[in-house]
Amino acid sequence: MSKFKKKKDGGVPAINTASLPDIVFMLLFFFMVATVMRDNSLKIENRLPSASEVEKLEKKNLVMYIYVGKPSSQYKKTFGTEARIQLNDKFAEVGDIAAFIASERATKREEEIPYLTTSLKVDKKANMGLIGDIKQELRKVNALKINYASIKGDVSRNKQ
Amino acid sequence: MAKRAAPEVNAGSMADIAFLLLIFFLVTTTMEKDSGINRKLPPIEDSEEDVIIKQKNIFTVLLNGKDQLLVEDEIMELKDLRAAAVEFLDNGGGTDADGNKCDYCNGKKDPRSSDHPDKAIISLKNERKTSYGQYISVQNELVAAYNVLRNKRALVIGPRRGFADMNFIAMQKSYKDVNWVGNKVKLKELIDQIKKEYPQKLSEVQ
Repeated sequence: MSKFKKKKDGGVPAINTASLPDIVFMLLFFFMVATVMRDNSLKIENRLPSASEVEKLEKKNLVMYIYVGKPSSQYKKTFGTEARIQLNDKFAEVGDIAAFIASERATKREEEIPYLTTSLKVDKKANMGLIGDIKQELRKVNALKINYASIKGDVSRNKQ
Repeated sequence: MAKRAAPEVNAGSMADIAFLLLIFFLVTTTMEKDSGINRKLPPIEDSEEDVIIKQKNIFTVLLNGKDQLLVEDEIMELKDLRAAAVEFLDNGGGTDADGNKCDYCNGKKDPRSSDHPDKAIISLKNERKTSYGQYISVQNELVAAYNVLRNKRALVIGPRRGFADMNFIAMQKSYKDVNWVGNKVKLKELIDQIKKEYPQKLSEVQ
């Protein structure tokens, strides 16, 4: 009679997965807190240029976005291959910007309006002609604070 | 049938449900913070009065439709633009509007270049065919030129005001930081002074 019993060779013991839900929940809460929902789906190609002197945009609720770029592949047939403006979820013309700014301003409190910034999210392949038109339009409606959205990086990457 | 223990709830599928939610949030999440170059557009003014500015106080940057740079009537590579702009802004060859000499400039004091950082204007002109990427590169270099000068200045006068080893960018960052411990009133004064000494005068020609 040996004091030490021989182990039964029942193969590998099952791993206890009781704490798996806890781990997953932890990850879930992290993503739920850190998430910002995409407010509009992009219909254009949008590869932002790089710049080294970027500043962060604070107060996300006080930013209006204007997207510019070539229509993405599924819209090429209807909208062509020239760079277009996208406001909210729709393709737009330069003339629609004034109305867009007005409607964005209407949703904000009056004292917040001077702090509204227009973020221009423009594809690096776009032409400056269109951007010039947009800027002129923004000047007309007195939305003077703008931000050229760009990624922090070296400017040499803009050439590709 | 007097007492029966409450049956245990099977929690085996809890992980699956949690995974489902997790995947949903993973897909919808956007982690990137918005960043970019801040600019202010000039307001539209009705009165078109011409301000006469001496040619030597204007630093013209032309960007053509083929993304080539023409700076002060000479072809230039993008990498040389920053140094050229710094040299122009920091020249300090003359006096500002009030007749004061630039006593903080480190430039060559060339009488053919800009008089004073307060008077020096960078004029950027682009064509309709210019690509946006190149335009941002040029904008970036010009903003960087101002930042170089402001940083240098901050390192000179910062220690005298009790802000040692802080360049201009760090000062601005600290000023915005809620957790920063220090005298924010004094810091703001210093930031404003540096901004006044090297004002960002970047005009765009339409």
